[in-house]
Amino acid sequence: MAQTIKFTIDGVECTAKKGQYIVDAATENHIYIPTLCNIPGVKPRGSCRICSVRVNGRMMTACTTPVSEGMEIENKDPDIEDIRKAIIELMFTEGNHFCPSCEKSGNCELQALAYRYQMLAPRFKFMFPKRRLEATHPKLIKDHNRCILCKRCIRAIKDEEGHSLFAFARRGHNVEIIIDTKYSKNMTDEQAREAADICPVGAILVKERAYTDPIGKRKYDKQPIGSDIENL
Amino acid sequence: MDKTIDAIINNYNRDKNRLMDILIDTQDTLGCVPDSAAEQIADALDISKVDLEQTLSFYHFFSKEQRGKYTVYLNNSAVANMYGRKEVARIFEEEAGCKFGEVTKDGLIGLFDTSCIGMNDQEPAALINGVVFTMLTPYRVRELVKGMRKGLKVEELLRTGYGDGNNSSPLIRSAVNNHIMEKGPVLSEDYVPGDAIKKIIKLDPAEVIEEVKNSNIRGRGGAGFPTGLKWDFCRRAKDKRRFVFCNADEGEPGTFKDRVILTERPRLLFEGMAVAAYAIGAAEGILYLRYEYKYLKKFLENILDEMRSKNLLGKNIASKKGFDFDIRIQLGAGAYVCGEESALIESAEGKRGEPRDRPPFPVEKGYLGHPTVVNNVETLCSVVKVMLYGGEWYRSFGTDESTGTKLLCVSGDCHYPGVYELEWGFSVADILEMVGAENVQAVQVGGPSGTCIGPDGFERILGYEDLATGGSLIIIGPHRDVLRDIVLNFMDFFIEESCGSCTPCRTLPVAIREKLIKIIEGRGVMQDLMDIERWRFIMKVNRCGLGHTALNPVLSTLKNLRHLYLDLIQKEVEYDTGFRLDEAVKEGKLVTNRT
Repeated sequence: MAQTIKFTIDGVECTAKKGQYIVDAATENHIYIPTLCNIPGVKPRGSCRICSVRVNGRMMTACTTPVSEGMEIENKDPDIEDIRKAIIELMFTEGNHFCPSCEKSGNCELQALAYRYQMLAPRFKFMFPKRRLEATHPKLIKDHNRCILCKRCIRAIKDEEGHSLFAFARRGHNVEIIIDTKYSKNMTDEQAREAADICPVGAILVKERAYTDPIGKRKYDKQPIGSDIENL
Repeated sequence: MDKTIDAIINNYNRDKNRLMDILIDTQDTLGCVPDSAAEQIADALDISKVDLEQTLSFYHFFSKEQRGKYTVYLNNSAVANMYGRKEVARIFEEEAGCKFGEVTKDGLIGLFDTSCIGMNDQEPAALINGVVFTMLTPYRVRELVKGMRKGLKVEELLRTGYGDGNNSSPLIRSAVNNHIMEKGPVLSEDYVPGDAIKKIIKLDPAEVIEEVKNSNIRGRGGAGFPTGLKWDFCRRAKDKRRFVFCNADEGEPGTFKDRVILTERPRLLFEGMAVAAYAIGAAEGILYLRYEYKYLKKFLENILDEMRSKNLLGKNIASKKGFDFDIRIQLGAGAYVCGEESALIESAEGKRGEPRDRPPFPVEKGYLGHPTVVNNVETLCSVVKVMLYGGEWYRSFGTDESTGTKLLCVSGDCHYPGVYELEWGFSVADILEMVGAENVQAVQVGGPSGTCIGPDGFERILGYEDLATGGSLIIIGPHRDVLRDIVLNFMDFFIEESCGSCTPCRTLPVAIREKLIKIIEGRGVMQDLMDIERWRFIMKVNRCGLGHTALNPVLSTLKNLRHLYLDLIQKEVEYDTGFRLDEAVKEGKLVTNRT
């Protein structure tokens, strides 16, 4: 049996199994740490940085750092919360996010986080980048305007032999997600839906699906993101 | 199927971890990596084509399209601009008949920008088909383009003669100069290859590590982690297959000391790698050499052969049973971030040079998942001297916190740019006197990721306790426009070189650059300065050192040369978005013929 260890988040005593990532351990202790790029059960990558917490005085990503005995974690510190809000604002200003017409609206994790963090006008100037809308794939639409480059699709979606279907191209502020034509050609409808659902925003869409849930029945219509964890 | 490409893939045992080498060789053969070759390679390695493309598109020197029979990469570092790069670039464009970023219509000449190529003491410099051309002038550029039109070989274009020291050796034949201005333990001629190896094999590996710890030497790449401790961690790892990496991805603008060591003291470096291997119990070593220094590869490989023949590398080194260690050279392909140790390892595995999440650290899980020590070129050289003369001797150089010597790379506005090996602890003022620099406005210590100081900081000393540096010292004369010529150039550098993985590093420098331009153009207000100082904290959550330091050009000048900003911002205005209606509608006015 895995060894149980003790640690604290904002002074609250918590327990976890040894080797668990901070974010998972926090969830089990009903403490919400915001995430975007993390997918439970898939090897974390720490690319969005929104789950950053202060561990023994140093900023670390909660999705990639395992808990250890006696760890002191700061999560709700105002400075940390402001950095998270800034990251959300950076994502909104880096791309072209137009929530009212987005198929993912109401189910979008970025939008939900913006509500949770009460983002009004972002402190950064909108960059209005020119990005592509790609519809060459038989089953998927890739709207680069809405992509937040979290790499979820890259990490979660592989074919049966483990070939990547998605990857990163270029670098810096020019990075873009690319889709493999050869291995994604035979994607099943189920895989296509999975790809769209794994996307936290509306950057990967299934063709001919459009809006799925009526307003009022969408995931974040009635309660803010994270409240399911806090109210467990 | 292309047989040449297939032969290249077979050369590397169809191993996807050698993708960098396969792409480099393919590009050397075909001039670029076209789609057809990319498909063939991906299929042969059983990876998807997008996985290949994510590596291919990451590195600056790879291309899917032809970049000209003669491909010119003109360095665009701040110091190159100080020495007249702008005019050189203009003449290149004029003579060639195309802009930078383009290839001439006949496919003869391609002009491209590139980040610092490690020639700051002999700028403007360019790489043309891998050959280094230094101290370019408009006249030289006209000659070069004429030569290209005549179809001369690149080597034939090199009419300046060869540089000093080994630069003229038959295996290098380069116009590069070493400019060694001051020697110390690392650069000293007083060195017999193999002496340190003969000494350490009588010791227990743990004793070697003790001696290195005793010397207090810290990593010379810039981060300054204690070398002995790093080795100790690696030695304690359970996995017995271990690696020694030498980081020769010298990318910090203004740094060129590793280039000089690789040219003049390669045996010292390789012996240092062998010492590290003995200490941590590694049998395999990799020298990660930046693509810009590819011109040294043949020469270095020849030295490796020589050391193998002298039993200083290979099996049972120096007849010590079980001391097996050999080194191969891994080329990079143009990415500053690969100087970060985990990004360097990723790159050596054929992937994008994106830093890894820690833990685990490379000393636990590094190259191919095995414990790996990554040390800077200069660190490994210094360690040989530590083993020869002892840690206590080494501590007699420098200060308590910063022991030993440091190779400083001096460039910019001074009479004697070059490499100075000095003890730690010299003040900036001492060094300025030494290199012949007068009326200095500012000094950039440690490159763009370091600190910019004005005259009131010149009494500060070089050392981990005050001004840490990986070697770069850029001297900025009184006539320079620091914000426009230096700070803006450095911000462009970080924006170009970010890997793009962490959100703040990918986006915030772009926003800060926009603010900087606003300030330079006289539209800034006090609020802009306050914003920059507040936003800096967002960068603290980035994964690696690049992300942590990418705003330093602005932040350190804002702190140490604040008057430059205060002089430019509007005094009476509290709020200004920077938006100007007249300019925004300029095009529209032209079209509609209104004034």
